[in-house]
Amino acid sequence: MKVTGTAHLVGDHIDTDAIIPARFLVTTDSAELGANCMEGLEAGWIKRVKGNDILVAGDNFGCGSSREHAPISILGAGIPVVVARSFARIFYRNGFNMGLVLLEVGDDIEKIRDTDQIEVDTATGVIRNLTTGDEIASAPVPPFMQEILDAGGLVDYVKHKLA
Amino acid sequence: MGHTLAEKILQGHTDQEIAGAGQIVQCRVSIVLANDITAPLAIKSFKAMGAKKVFDRDKVALVCDHFTPNKDIDSAEQVKLVREFAEAMGVTHYYECGDVGVEHALLPEKGIVGPGDVVVGADSHTCTYGGLGAFATGMGSTDIGAAMALGETWFKVPPTIRVNITGKPGQYVGGKDYILNLIGRIGVAGALYKALEFSGEAVDNLTVEGRMTMANMAIEAGGKVGLFPVDAKTLAYTAAAGRQGDVAMTPDSDAVYERVIEIDVTSMAPQIACPHLPDNVKPVDETSGLRIHQSVIGSCTNGRIEDMREAASILKGRKVDPKVRCIILPATPAIWKQCMKEGLMEIFMDAGCIVGPPTCGPCLGGHMGILAGGERTVATTNRNFKGRMGSLDSEVFLSNPWVAAASAVAGEIINPAKL
Repeated sequence: MKVTGTAHLVGDHIDTDAIIPARFLVTTDSAELGANCMEGLEAGWIKRVKGNDILVAGDNFGCGSSREHAPISILGAGIPVVVARSFARIFYRNGFNMGLVLLEVGDDIEKIRDTDQIEVDTATGVIRNLTTGDEIASAPVPPFMQEILDAGGLVDYVKHKLA
Repeated sequence: MGHTLAEKILQGHTDQEIAGAGQIVQCRVSIVLANDITAPLAIKSFKAMGAKKVFDRDKVALVCDHFTPNKDIDSAEQVKLVREFAEAMGVTHYYECGDVGVEHALLPEKGIVGPGDVVVGADSHTCTYGGLGAFATGMGSTDIGAAMALGETWFKVPPTIRVNITGKPGQYVGGKDYILNLIGRIGVAGALYKALEFSGEAVDNLTVEGRMTMANMAIEAGGKVGLFPVDAKTLAYTAAAGRQGDVAMTPDSDAVYERVIEIDVTSMAPQIACPHLPDNVKPVDETSGLRIHQSVIGSCTNGRIEDMREAASILKGRKVDPKVRCIILPATPAIWKQCMKEGLMEIFMDAGCIVGPPTCGPCLGGHMGILAGGERTVATTNRNFKGRMGSLDSEVFLSNPWVAAASAVAGEIINPAKL
């Protein structure tokens, strides 16, 4: 699958309280959570997202709490892909379980600027910056996680095991 | 090749041979935990997986501690959903009413978690049980839903950073200061995907409560777990909690570490983490004089009886500044009762504190102590992210209970030695 959209840059160590503050954790509904995505970073941040946009972050994206509401709110906001220099551990596993595409690119993150047009091939993990022409390869998904992905995600993986 | 504590514990829960860091292993879990915020999502996933029953009704713990006593209709609906699930599944360890406490203080106190266990919880501070020698880590709700159904989960064996803490601390310095100091040195991603393993004279001398305070904040350095050896103190603690059969545990002498960090606490001052990250750590004197509006003493980090005693030792015979809300939340009903027995409640009330029920409440900006724009708090909690306790324009400073209590009295951040 290819996703094309505008890059929205955020900084290093974006924590889960920034992604979705605790006061919004009284629901599990993705649209409701999506409407408040990044509300802890900047009030009204969500207004810049047009749908199918791409979040671009620095180090340790998603640090802090284990709340799965964080990847759900990003997906609910219409953002299917996050590209980061690195991800926090619990967030990485959560995003993966929720079907949010997470691409770790290290220092190549510098090749993406705010509002650049980005195309992501989710099958190969290759990112093309349509504004600058740069092409960026991302770190491959660990093999065991790829197995879960091939089974259709963790929910289907467990469903199969229980059957 | 010898095993680190992390490898040793995982080996006890898998049939695979643990060869070292980076390996993926399937492990049987001892306890699976979720709370009133994360359980509703875990239950949703559990049902979507087609699971009909939990793998073991005695090994699932559901603790409604974050927004309880329910702060609004939506949170009440979430707790209702968790309660109905617990009833339908016959979950033994369900807590909501007069028996509820902050999960990471409650489970050790009740002997539900202990040495050698593998614990997964839909709460990032599940790592607290590393203080007891348990491989305990936070995960998201869907992973927890899967673990509730299967009784197992997968882990990547983490590389281990050994932290050797030596020396004798001065007055008003303890486990909270050690861990803040470490996070200040290595940063909020300094132990990303890794295990922290603590050793040394100063760690041996810490109480089990102090070790849990330290393990609690392993996640604030990005760590997967924060592990302590199991010694006579641990075994006395878990025996008092009603557990049987726990045994001492140390890492193998030839265990492989990614690196070793040495910290000498002899001349360490009380530490404080300034806004807006837990690694922005300074000696408290560098922030003294900053006016505060609130002081919060409680949470899974510092809401245990030792913390209450430390706060009371400062507050005894003194008055909280009339413009400061000093909110004290003993983390469990047993701690609350112990505070009463020891006369600490009287000290708190005479000092002009607000004493509340066991709840996570203000720590995550839930309720019972939310900050307005421009307000500043000192808190014995674990996170000071922007907006964590309320307005995006508020500030949270993280400290030990002595500093939080002294600052409440002074009306500004202060080293307790200078009160």
